[in-house]
Amino acid sequence: MCPPDYYGIKYEINPWMNMRYQADPKLAKEQWEKLYDLLKNKVAVNVELIKPVEGLPDMIFTANAGLAFERRFILASFRHTQRQGESPHFRMWFEKRGYQVHILPQDLFFEGAGDGLFLGENLFAGYRIRSDIRAHGIISEFLEKRVLSLELVDDRFYHLDTCFCPLDHERALYYPLAFDEYGRQVIEQFVPNPLPVSDADALRFGCNAVVIQKHVVLHQGCEELKALLRDEGFTVHELDLSEFLKAGGSAKCLTLRIE
Amino acid sequence: MQSEMVELKGHIIDSLTLPKILDEVMNLGGGFEILEMKVGQRRQDPSHARIKISAPSRPELEVILARIKQQGALPVVEKEAVLTMADRDGAFPEGFYCTTHLQTFIHYQGQWIEVENPEMDCGVVIDSETRKASTLPMHRVKKGQFIVMGYQGVRVIPQERSPDRNVFEFMASSVSSEKPKGVLIREIANQIREAKRRGGKVLWVAGPALVHTGAGEHLVRMIQAGFVDVLFAGNALAAHDIEQALFGTSLGVSLEMGMPAVEGHEHHVRAINLIRRMGGIRKAVQQGILNSGIMYQCVRHHVDFVLAGSVRDDGPLPDVITDMVMAQDEMRKRIAGVEVCLMIATALHSIATGNLLPARVKTICIDINPAVVTKLADRGSFQAIGLVTDVEPFLRALWNCLKQSDDLTSAA
Repeated sequence: MCPPDYYGIKYEINPWMNMRYQADPKLAKEQWEKLYDLLKNKVAVNVELIKPVEGLPDMIFTANAGLAFERRFILASFRHTQRQGESPHFRMWFEKRGYQVHILPQDLFFEGAGDGLFLGENLFAGYRIRSDIRAHGIISEFLEKRVLSLELVDDRFYHLDTCFCPLDHERALYYPLAFDEYGRQVIEQFVPNPLPVSDADALRFGCNAVVIQKHVVLHQGCEELKALLRDEGFTVHELDLSEFLKAGGSAKCLTLRIE
Repeated sequence: MQSEMVELKGHIIDSLTLPKILDEVMNLGGGFEILEMKVGQRRQDPSHARIKISAPSRPELEVILARIKQQGALPVVEKEAVLTMADRDGAFPEGFYCTTHLQTFIHYQGQWIEVENPEMDCGVVIDSETRKASTLPMHRVKKGQFIVMGYQGVRVIPQERSPDRNVFEFMASSVSSEKPKGVLIREIANQIREAKRRGGKVLWVAGPALVHTGAGEHLVRMIQAGFVDVLFAGNALAAHDIEQALFGTSLGVSLEMGMPAVEGHEHHVRAINLIRRMGGIRKAVQQGILNSGIMYQCVRHHVDFVLAGSVRDDGPLPDVITDMVMAQDEMRKRIAGVEVCLMIATALHSIATGNLLPARVKTICIDINPAVVTKLADRGSFQAIGLVTDVEPFLRALWNCLKQSDDLTSAA
């Protein structure tokens, strides 16, 4: 994770961002710290931090730093110049910790774990709005895994992790309308038990949840989804992440699974 | 129709990317042809496809290509042709691209340029100033010319069977004496008429049997009617044609009586000798000495002819080109505009001509010997047909067909 010292709405690169609706820095800090605390102490998972950098407000969304898998790290290649400055910092962080860092060809975009999610033997990867489908072939070769490409068709759900959330090897949350017919078919074919999420819950970033074993951490107010998750045997942890929704991100975006 | 080749790689089957792209192409009004498809063996192995995308116009094609690019389909990067400067006269650099008789394009400076004068077994030279490409026979290579090397950046357009059911192409399939000649001859006459109508030329390649069998008079009539634009032949055809004009015999046999004439075997030698004394066929015609026959009609009707010599020739006639390389070049000069070529009763000249012609020329090979017809018609072109038949009845029948239309048009 990355502390929100320099977080704010400094530009608009997705439909949620509006510089007229600024994040409250104090509130953002409180909300972030609650998430950090929940993960570290309640869910009891090890959380490492990267130092925030002034001028890089979206660095807090570490999910986009890249894709980590078994001590290998595919560094993200950002479509927008506003976020490209984050890459060298993430690269250094992973190199220092002994990861084998893989850089994609210059002309290809891939926005990390925001657009690449493992489920079972496959990597589901989103494309078109931020990431390029051509990056999927290279990633597939590198990881030696099948990559199932899913076109994102709704600008509001601009990263795969805003509309698709693996829960375990068999189950995943997804928002059907964020995909086209082909994408829905692929999900139905390759996810043994896909769980659709309602419009209301999807728009509250219900799919952007952190899942660690039986714990699911998500933004508050997704009533239907909460009930569904409990029925499926998960422990739901709700948090107010309002200040981050203003930038188009929620719980999952603020974290990066590194192991 | 505009088209472009694209390549697609990845889990294009599992991700449904391939069907999505094909659906997209169709929805946008385009068409596709999957040229190559390799399916990954293991689950994690990618698949690979090469697809030809087409659309009615370039702008429409661009729209399709832009859309499918987002789905990962990229135009195949067409490499430029590799050129090397010839290092000597009269020979290509080693590894030069060797042509076929098919329509060929060279990728040069970002554009596909058509190779002019398609001819097999040549190289391709590019003029960097005019940005034109053309075939170049080996003996004409000049040091410093830019020669196309290897296969990169060269596109050969295979011949397509025409969509209409065509007896011409149907008959091209095999060589046999057992074919319905009447139908075929009518079709040949059609092809000749159509070519003339389009402003194309008809090339005749004829062997001396034409004269021996008395078929000369039919060819004469066809020359007079305008169905012969170019004639390739050898010393023998011209010599025996002139023998007939002067002595009424061919190879000493009277064409009227069908019997050998007294001292007839000398006639052709005397005929050749006379023309040599006159200084050539044209002079003989001008002087009024030669006033009938095929060669006479060629001069009268401005039919372009090339007489190429061979090692067995008597004389030869002064008009016969004895330098074979020069003879080839003279023949090459006359290929442009030819649409139909009839090769009659000569293996040697027919093969020589066949080697010079582009694949698009419709060639008709006529000989009484099936082996000759097979050899000629077997050039791998849908445009070549062979007839195993006697020359004289064939030409008689052909003239009958052509004459009919001639009567009709002149009546009109």
